[in-house]
Amino acid sequence: MDALVNKRIAKVIKGDQNAFAEIVELYQHQLYQVCYRMLGNKQEAEDIAQEAFMRAYVNIHTFDQNRKFSTWLYRIATNLCIDRIRKKKPDYHLDAEVRGTEGLNMYSKIANDDELPEEELMRMEVQERVQYEISRLPDKYRAAIVLKYIEELPLAEISEILDLPLGTVKTRIHRGREALRKQLSNL
Amino acid sequence: MNTCPENVLELMNHYLDGDINPSEEQQLKEHLESCPDCREQYQALSKTVAFVQSASHIQAPSDFVQKTMGRLPKERQRAGVQRWLRRHPMLAAAALFCLLMSTALFTNFNDDQQFSFTKQPNLVVEGQTVIVPEGETVVGNLTVRNGDLRVEGELQGDVTIVNGQYMASSGVITGEIEEIDQAFEWLWFTIKEGFKDAAAIFETNDSQTND
Repeated sequence: MDALVNKRIAKVIKGDQNAFAEIVELYQHQLYQVCYRMLGNKQEAEDIAQEAFMRAYVNIHTFDQNRKFSTWLYRIATNLCIDRIRKKKPDYHLDAEVRGTEGLNMYSKIANDDELPEEELMRMEVQERVQYEISRLPDKYRAAIVLKYIEELPLAEISEILDLPLGTVKTRIHRGREALRKQLSNL
Repeated sequence: MNTCPENVLELMNHYLDGDINPSEEQQLKEHLESCPDCREQYQALSKTVAFVQSASHIQAPSDFVQKTMGRLPKERQRAGVQRWLRRHPMLAAAALFCLLMSTALFTNFNDDQQFSFTKQPNLVVEGQTVIVPEGETVVGNLTVRNGDLRVEGELQGDVTIVNGQYMASSGVITGEIEEIDQAFEWLWFTIKEGFKDAAAIFETNDSQTND
């Protein structure tokens, strides 16, 4: 697999764009899935996954062919996802009163966004609920949990993708698991 | 009431990560059998994992490859050249060197369109022609550029004429006569002279060391 991919990469470096289409073909589902689970939105997932492939194409000469290509791709994609999540976060003051409401500040709005009422949760389908719970995780834990349990990657590879020591990856997975347990306590 | 070992949560995490050794696993199992609280916590955690893993696999939209390829920057001629330069830095440097060197040589040649000659006493100039007058003797080498030479008297030395002619006459030249007309010959001449100079330097060095 790696030898095959490296052959294509060599072609891409020589200027053969069609060889890159074969690479996209190979990894599209994996990369799209990670982006979808991280972002919880199909349009954004598609946009970020395409962006990740584009960056890989433009910077392909910086890829070290002794390493695993999928790790490098995942790394580009998770970094883009984390950036996107952070940009989406509101940067207004939590104490500010929400316009058009009386006495309703951002604390109450966030609480509303963050946790749906129980009867609504009960009506959710399982798949919808899984995505909802993942997207409630802090982004630090979310990346580790998605790579571990959705992509089912070994811990060593996750540590390389997130550029974190193995111990830190383990801690994030433990805390992510614990956070999910608490979120699901009513299940 | 059971007292739980401090590391029981750590053991659970190791177990769930799939990196637990047999003795730790034994220790965890024994504790879970005896402690309902920890058992409940363990079950909740493994249920959580199963829940997340129940997420179905998602496929990219069918036009994903096509759309992605459409977003790539178009391969341009320049990009190809840049990539080639990046991959062959030595060749690129050599090519650049050759280009600059040849430009310098030919520019030199073209710049030298002016009429000039080696200053010697007794020489007479008529238009673009240098004349060694009858009855006069010029000692030393003579170079004429972009002009002709006519020797009516005597010249004791070598003659080099660039882009000009030696006009035969009754005079006497004791050295060699060389006429250079074309750019290529000029280049060859320059190189030959360069080697001669270099050889001369080495020879003097040799004789100095021999001394």
